[in-house]
Amino acid sequence: MAFEGLTGKLQAALKKLTGKGKLSEKDVKEAMREVRLALLEADVNFVVVKDLVKKITERAVGQEIMQSLTPGQQVIKIVNEELTALMGGTQSKVNMAPNPPTVIMMVGLQGSGKTTTAGKLAGYFKKQGKNPMLVACDIYRPAAIKQLQVVGQKVGVPVFERGQKDPVQIASEALEFARKEQRDIVIIDTAGRLHINEELMEELSKLKSQVKPHEILLVVDAMTGQDAVNVAKSFDERLGLDGVILTKLDGDTRGGAALSIKAVTGKPIKFIGTGEKLEDLEPFHPDRMASRILGMGDILTLIEKAQASIDEKKAQELERKLREQQFTLEDFLDQLQQLKNMGSLTDIIGMLPGVDVQKLSAAGALNEKELVKAEAIIQSMTPEERRNPSIINASRKKRIAAGSGTTIQDVNRLLKSFEQFRKMMKQVSSIEKAMKRGRFRFPFL
Amino acid sequence: MERKGFFGRLKEGLSKTRKNITEKMDQLFKYHNEVDDELLDELEELLILADVGVSTTTKLMDKIRERVKAERIREAQKVRHVLKEEIIAILGEQEEFNPRYPAVFLVVGVNGVGKTTTIGKLAHMYQKQGKRVLMAAGDTFRAAAIEQLEIWANRVGCQIVRHTEGSDAAAVVFDAVQAAKSRGIDVLICDTAGRLHTKKNLMNELEKINRIIDREYPEAHKEVFLVLDATTGQNAVSQAKMFKEKVDVTGIILTKLDGTAKGGIIIAIKSELGIPIRFIGVGEGLDDLQRFDAQAFVDALFDEV
Ligand SMILES: Nc1nc2c(ncn2[C@@H]2O[C@H](COP(=O)(O)OP(=O)(O)OP(=O)(O)O)[C@@H](O)[C@H]2O)c(=O)[nH]1
Ligand SMILES: [Mg+2]
Repeated sequence: MAFEGLTGKLQAALKKLTGKGKLSEKDVKEAMREVRLALLEADVNFVVVKDLVKKITERAVGQEIMQSLTPGQQVIKIVNEELTALMGGTQSKVNMAPNPPTVIMMVGLQGSGKTTTAGKLAGYFKKQGKNPMLVACDIYRPAAIKQLQVVGQKVGVPVFERGQKDPVQIASEALEFARKEQRDIVIIDTAGRLHINEELMEELSKLKSQVKPHEILLVVDAMTGQDAVNVAKSFDERLGLDGVILTKLDGDTRGGAALSIKAVTGKPIKFIGTGEKLEDLEPFHPDRMASRILGMGDILTLIEKAQASIDEKKAQELERKLREQQFTLEDFLDQLQQLKNMGSLTDIIGMLPGVDVQKLSAAGALNEKELVKAEAIIQSMTPEERRNPSIINASRKKRIAAGSGTTIQDVNRLLKSFEQFRKMMKQVSSIEKAMKRGRFRFPFL
Repeated sequence: MERKGFFGRLKEGLSKTRKNITEKMDQLFKYHNEVDDELLDELEELLILADVGVSTTTKLMDKIRERVKAERIREAQKVRHVLKEEIIAILGEQEEFNPRYPAVFLVVGVNGVGKTTTIGKLAHMYQKQGKRVLMAAGDTFRAAAIEQLEIWANRVGCQIVRHTEGSDAAAVVFDAVQAAKSRGIDVLICDTAGRLHTKKNLMNELEKINRIIDREYPEAHKEVFLVLDATTGQNAVSQAKMFKEKVDVTGIILTKLDGTAKGGIIIAIKSELGIPIRFIGVGEGLDDLQRFDAQAFVDALFDEV
C-alpha cells in the first residue's frame, strides 16, 4: 500500500495549527502543502489540484476558528466541503426516456470495464423490474461479443448481436427489435478506443446520431492517472456525456481521477464498480469519494458494509456498545466471525481513517492465521474474562494458553490487539457520530 | 457564481495542459534562457503530468537543482538534457532481453491492462524468430477470455492449451508445461485472469500457478511479466509492489503507449522496486509490441520522437 502514510502526514501537518485563534496565511500554506501532496498522490490532475488548493487557501486564511472546532479540524472541514462540492452535491440518476425504450450508450478507453459494467447495469435495471436488453457493438476486440453474451446470460438479459457488422447498423436494428419486443431499456456496449483515434471517435458520433441515446456514459478505470482529464474532455467534447461510471474501486486506488473528470466535464459520476461480480455496482456518494481521495478512510462504506453482512439486530446492539464503549472480548469474537463474511480484513481495516495498515500487518494484527488463533483463545476464556479482560492475570493466561493450544505470548498479543481494535472502533463511532451532527471531528487532532 | 468562476478558471488551465508537452517545453525554453525557479517549477509540473509521481519527481528535481549548482548550468536547454540523463540513469542502460530456451513467460496484471493482447503480440514476435510457441489459456475466470486468447493463437498460428471456463487455472498451466516439454516448445506463454493486487485469495492462486511452473519445469528460463497500463497513475506502484511480493515479477510490459498517457509511473517503479521494463505496447495489432528503449521512452516523455 503506497499511500498509507498519507493520512498520518496530513494529520501531522494540521496538528501544528492546534491552539491558535485564527488561521494565519503561513499556517494554512503549511497545511496546504500536505493537502496538495495528498491530492497529487491520489492522481487528481495537477491543474485541478492547483486551483483547488488556491481556492481552499483563500477560504481558510484569516478564518476565525469556530468554537467547536480546532484549527486543524477547521481546515479539514473546508477541504472536505470543497472536494465534496466539486464532486457534485448529490448522486444523480440515469435519464429515462418518456417513451421507452431508454437507450444507454457505454463508451470509454480499452480495458476500462465497459462490457462488465454494461452487464452490471442490465442486472441492476432488471432487479428494478425493468425489461432491459444488451447490444453488442464491440466488433473489434476478439471474443468481445461472446463476453457480452456470457455476461448477459449470467444476469438473465438477452443480448442482441449481428457479428462483425457495422456497429451503427447493428444498433439501429437492435432498436427496432427492442421496440417490437417491448424492451424498455437498451444498453449498447461499444468497443474500447483511444480518444485520439479519429476514425473510431467518428464511429461513436455516427452511432450517437443514429440511435439518439438518452444517456451516454463514460466508463473510466478508477486507477487512471493524470491523463484522465484528456480522455474525459475528448469524449465529452465529441459526444456530450451524460455521466460517468468509475470502475475497479475495490482496489486500493485513491481514485483522484473522479475529481479530475468531474472538474473538467462537470458531468456527474453516477455509479461505481466495486468488484468483478455482476452485482458489484453501487450508486456514487461524493462525500465518501472525497474522504477516500484525501485518504481519510471510507467510514460510511465501512459501516454500511458491516450492516450488510451483520444481521440487523446484532448491528444495532454493536452500534450501541461502540457508542457506550462497552465493547468486550465477547463482541470481539463475534466480530472476528462476522468479519470473515465481510471480505479481506486488510480491505476493511484499510477503510478506517488514521489506521496504518502496513504497521498493523507488520505487528501481525491482520494475519488471517492469527485470527484463527484469536478465536481459539477467546473461546478458552470464561464469560467473565471476556467481559472484563483486566482480570486476566498470569495464572489465568496460563490456563487460557493451555486450553487453546497457544502460548502466553499469543494470549498477550491478542489482548493487545483487542485494545487496538477497541481504539479503532472508538474512532469510527465518534467520527460517525460527528458526521451525523453534520460536523467533522477528528479524534486525533 | 463562485462555482462557475472556479470551473471557468479550471477549464482554461486544462486546455493549457492539453497542449502537448512539446509545445510546453518549447515555450518553456523560449521564455527561459536562463535557469530560474520558474523553469524548474514547470519541469516539475511536466513530470507530475506524466504520472511520474510526487516523490520520484521531487527526487529528480533535487538532483537537477544540485547539478545546476555544481555544474554551474546557466542555459535552460542544458537542464532538459540533465533531466533526461537522470531519468535514463534510473531506467538503466538498455540491456538486451534475451531469454534462454526453453522459456516460460507468466503474464500477470490487474484487469483490462492488456495481458491477453500482449500475449498475442509476444507469441507473434517469437514465432517470427522461428521459435515454437505455445499459449496457455490460464484465464479461466473472465467471460470469453479463453475464446479471446484462442483467436490470438489462430492469428499468430501457434498452439494453445485450454480447458473450459470455470476450471482450475493451475491445472491448465500444469498441462501446458507438460505439453511444452513433450512437444519441444521454445516459448510457453501463460495468460492469467486479471486480478486486483489487493485480493488476497486471487493473489494466492497466482502464487500457486507460479509455483507449479517452478516445480514442473525447473530447467526452463522463467520470466514473470507484469503488464501495466500506461494510463494508470500512482496505483501502478502498489500493483508492482504486491505482484512482485507474490510472484517475483522479473519484467514490466507497459501497454497503451499509443494514447496520450506517458506512463511516467514506470520511472517511480524502477526507482523504488528495480524491476526492468522489457516491452511496450503501442496498439492493438500483432506487430504493436516493441522492445523497451529507455532513450526513446524519455524522448517520448518530452514528445521528441
Ligand atoms: N490502444 C491500445 N490498446 C491496447 C493495447 N494493449 C491492449 N489493448 C486493448 O486493451 C483492451 C484490453 O486488453 P486485454 O488484452 O483483453 O486485457 P487483459 O489484461 O487481458 O484483460 P482481462 O483479461 O480482462 O483482465 C483490449 O481492447 C485491447 O485491444 C495497446 O498497447 N494499445
Ligand atoms: Mg485477458
